[in-house]
Amino acid sequence: MKLISQPGPKTDFSMLLLFTIVVLTMPIWLAPIGAGYPDLVQKFAIYGLFATGFNILFGLTGYLSFGHAAFLGVGSYTAVWSFKLLGMNPVPAVLLAIVTSAIFALLIGYISLRRTGIYFSILTLAFAQMCYQLAYSVLTPITNGETGLRVLQSDPRILDGVITSQTEDGGPLITNFFGIDMTKTWETNIFGIDVQLNAGFYFCAFFLILGSYIAMRIFRSPFGMMLRGVKTNQNRMNYTGVNTRPYTLAAFVISGAYAGLAGALLCVTDPLAGAERMFWTASGEVVLMVILGGAGTLMGPMLGAGIIKYFENILSAFNKSTLEGMLGFLPENMLDGTISVLSLFVGEGWHLTLGLLFMVVVIFLPGGLVEGAKSILLKLTGGGSKKSASAQAAE
Amino acid sequence: MSDSKFTVGRRGVIKGGAALGAGLAAPTFFSRGAFADDHSYLNEPKGDTVTLGFNVPQTGAYADEGADELRAYKLAVKHLNGEGDGGMMNTFKPSMLKGNGILGKKVEYVTGDTQTKSDAARASAKRMIEKDGAVMITGGSSSGVAIAVQSLCQEAGVIFMAGLTHSNDTTGKDKRANGFRHFFNGYMSAAALAPVLKNSYGTDRNAYHLTADYTWGWTQEESIAASTEEMGWNTVKKVRTPLGAGDFSQYITPVLESGADTLVLNHYGKDMVNSLTQAVQFGLRDKQVNGKDFTIIVPLYSRLMAQGAGENVKGIFGSTNWHWSLSDEGSQAFVKSFGQEYGFPPSQAAHTCYVQTLLYANACEMAGTFAPCGVIDALEDFEFDGLGNGKTLYRGADHQCFKDVLVVKGKENPSSQFDILEVVEVTPAAQVTYSPDHSMFAGGELGSCNNGA
Amino acid sequence: MDALILQMMNGLDKGAAYALIALGLTLIFGTLGVVNFAHGALFMMGAFCAVVMQKILTLSVKVKDESITFFDAYKEVPYLETWYGETGSIIIDWAVPLSILLTIPVMMLVGYIMERGLIQYFYKRPHAEQILVTFGLAIVIQELIKSMFGANPIPTPAPEMFSGTAPIGSWFGLSENIVYPWWRIIYLIFSLTIIGMCFAFLRFTTFGMVVRAGMNDRETVGLLGINIEKRFTIVFALAAVVAGLAGAMYTPILSPDYHMGMDFLVLSFVVVVVGGMGSLPGAVAAGFLLGILQSAASMTEVKEIIPGIDQIIIYLVAVVILLARPRGLFGLKGVMED
Repeated sequence: MKLISQPGPKTDFSMLLLFTIVVLTMPIWLAPIGAGYPDLVQKFAIYGLFATGFNILFGLTGYLSFGHAAFLGVGSYTAVWSFKLLGMNPVPAVLLAIVTSAIFALLIGYISLRRTGIYFSILTLAFAQMCYQLAYSVLTPITNGETGLRVLQSDPRILDGVITSQTEDGGPLITNFFGIDMTKTWETNIFGIDVQLNAGFYFCAFFLILGSYIAMRIFRSPFGMMLRGVKTNQNRMNYTGVNTRPYTLAAFVISGAYAGLAGALLCVTDPLAGAERMFWTASGEVVLMVILGGAGTLMGPMLGAGIIKYFENILSAFNKSTLEGMLGFLPENMLDGTISVLSLFVGEGWHLTLGLLFMVVVIFLPGGLVEGAKSILLKLTGGGSKKSASAQAAE
Repeated sequence: MSDSKFTVGRRGVIKGGAALGAGLAAPTFFSRGAFADDHSYLNEPKGDTVTLGFNVPQTGAYADEGADELRAYKLAVKHLNGEGDGGMMNTFKPSMLKGNGILGKKVEYVTGDTQTKSDAARASAKRMIEKDGAVMITGGSSSGVAIAVQSLCQEAGVIFMAGLTHSNDTTGKDKRANGFRHFFNGYMSAAALAPVLKNSYGTDRNAYHLTADYTWGWTQEESIAASTEEMGWNTVKKVRTPLGAGDFSQYITPVLESGADTLVLNHYGKDMVNSLTQAVQFGLRDKQVNGKDFTIIVPLYSRLMAQGAGENVKGIFGSTNWHWSLSDEGSQAFVKSFGQEYGFPPSQAAHTCYVQTLLYANACEMAGTFAPCGVIDALEDFEFDGLGNGKTLYRGADHQCFKDVLVVKGKENPSSQFDILEVVEVTPAAQVTYSPDHSMFAGGELGSCNNGA
Repeated sequence: MDALILQMMNGLDKGAAYALIALGLTLIFGTLGVVNFAHGALFMMGAFCAVVMQKILTLSVKVKDESITFFDAYKEVPYLETWYGETGSIIIDWAVPLSILLTIPVMMLVGYIMERGLIQYFYKRPHAEQILVTFGLAIVIQELIKSMFGANPIPTPAPEMFSGTAPIGSWFGLSENIVYPWWRIIYLIFSLTIIGMCFAFLRFTTFGMVVRAGMNDRETVGLLGINIEKRFTIVFALAAVVAGLAGAMYTPILSPDYHMGMDFLVLSFVVVVVGGMGSLPGAVAAGFLLGILQSAASMTEVKEIIPGIDQIIIYLVAVVILLARPRGLFGLKGVMED
């Protein structure tokens, strides 16, 4: 219906292969635009996974959850508690985070899915905001409140030294995957570009690729078709005697588990969990990522996540002197003017650019970047029916 | 430089296997694999420049404060590189700064937006460390962020020079070897305020606390309650308010009939502006309780934020780290060069950030290296003067500066738009000094310095 | 007892603000079917109308403070004071109430431009895209305000006359302890008036009748040959004015800053949904209900039983109501349920 109507398994396989290569080489091809350093590529992978999971719920069923950040937060807290109690190996942390966030999603989803449309959105929002407020204040013994939950030297970490290696006493506590520090970075030089290959990134990339593969399978499966049916017309589904609730609940739990996994990965790369990860703006962020890239498309959410994180980390860091460096080729008299105009949109003005981007994308590329790019391609090649593109936009 | 950083973990050797152990399991943060050998510390400046990372809030509630911090940093960089009039570099002593950069290397900087969120602040700091090669991170306008970034810098192996952070925890239970704070804290505010409050309001008062419900609020509430109780005040009640509540009416009305005659607002920023404005609206300042005039106290003042409360701050006591109207040589030099550069006076946030940058630069000169362990050695127990707060000690035990604290009061008849606070007393450092194992600060470990490579 | 009465007053006052914001939002929801994430920004722009009014009235001669040499420090003497003396000061003092005169035309214009320039193209688009575009617009407006006025709150006091408290306790022969700020009482009356006017407008005018009919069944109204487009524009402008007035009059209680719209956004959505989509009485009732419950939950007696309840009460109530009543308090069937 959206990206590829009914592609054969062969197209899927080659797409997945292409995707895998693109993801694994991210530190290389992102380096020239200043985004190849470990923390940002990790964020791309993690938020890409988060958005991919969200898309399973929203893109397929049309249920717009405004509280998915709660699962991100639950996953983070679970992961850090796993580090604290079980030790610095990321594997139990990731597994436990998936389990707890899925349980949370089951509870919240079970209640919220009794309603549809905006009523559903507000229910999920309410649950997430309650989690956030409580984590910030009353639950401080569990969450360490504003400061955030961290691993301390005094924590038991009972499995450290049993199933994984352990840093010497007093050293920094770093997640360690059977002997490989997640912060380990290899620096090399490829085609004249300094490249930083980071262990934590590849750990996250593995889950991103796996997550995307599973999402693709879901999109193509009968289960996925059922979910699309819910989006198109839930009433009709109900009248035909199908009880849709179990399907939507399953989608909700799956996407909640994705969020929990993403939350755990945030802590694997940086063992700290804060309550603000559950704030409504964080829930809103993933909604924006998915819509920006294209809801219901396979690659759109990943793209949306990448753009928003790129803006947040790179555009916000531009200042006058960076601009001067970049625009050094301009003649003197033009330079000052250009810089003063541009500096409105970068540095402290990066929010403005983001807001404008949202508007421009929605106005000119209905359906998000992926859909928009496709309809532009169609127009350019002259083929295809314009009609179907506009029909989709108006749906 | 501690060479323990280069040894492989005991259990690492056992479990990781010898082959992996040597190459992979080294317990270092951003170790650069094959190149580890020619780095004696993380991000060692190789060329003729050195990069500092200025991590301030550029969006969100503290954006204006962040912008002022950034102005101060740029000014400090200018002065360090020998441009401009030199500012406090001329009054700072003992100083080894020569105006030729740091250790002969020209100072460059990168900026980032903390958004006043721990996650965003850490992401921004990591970018500075991983991508831009910063050897020092500084900035921040809230304690949560400062603590989060401080522990990141500890793990990574760069120096963190805290900006505006007032929680006891920053140099208390969350202190770190690689982190340093020049700004004062909740305990110092309380210790400085108590005698002034005693003189103005006597020893028989009933105080009601409204406290922002998070770490900073709690530590300040604890500090103020302890020192006011010591001088005979009674604490009627401590009420926690959600951060960013906006409308505080439901917390203010109970004060009216609590029998309290003093309201302590442990709020900062927007919360402070709103709670103070609304408390005044509820007639608290016109009230008489137990035959005494009702009073309000705002323990931590910020001039930038006090502007938002307008007339309501008049006559209200609080404390501040520094104020532009100070007449000592250092403050004057700073206000002059900041004022001439930007056309208005610096805030306390700007001051502490400027000072932190100079102190860091000087410590590098003293140590002869940018290596964190060397810089830490130089900064620990460093005594200096001429930076606007009188004689100051950077205590080695907890990396907290001990200096005079200003007790201020909202000015009744301001002579200009910047003239909002007046300094009523400069409390000497000795009076606000505490022992490193004081109960409000206990429970933390500095740990050992980390060079990151 | 006194405490309870005071908390009731607080609740009513909060509720008045919530109801006023929710009213505009629900008008847009109900009639236009648009999820307007820029509604908070409209509220914020209203508040800044008060700021602008104050700035205009306090245009000043700048008298340099000669004692300060390092930078330019001024004491500002407003022209109005130099020209009209005491009368001038009183006009300045009344900046916030006077700003209503500015807020109404400005917000009407803003509403008109927003609807004609942007929103009208999104009536038939998916809700998700409405959210993205209006959220983007909200950020843009917010950043523009920030670049003009800075990020810090700006003090906008109520007129001197209303700065104190009203002894409502003694009016009704109750305890002397029950006093309440004049301005908050005025805000309550003001918002009840606006709400009343909106209802009267929708109830007793032909225009209102068509709008109400449109809220129930847009297609049929369109089929009747009524130019619904034009009416949509007017409804949007009306909603913008209501939000703007709510913001302008709220400034003495909450010093305006560029972010205040976002702070109210989520809350106003909760209020609207609890009230029920498409129901104006629902929005008002939910506003007051949530306001009162929030105040009551903040009482120490309540917090001692359930710690942290004041932080989550709004959301908790929202969940309970939505589970008990599928479409909120007075929701209409089929509105925003797909």
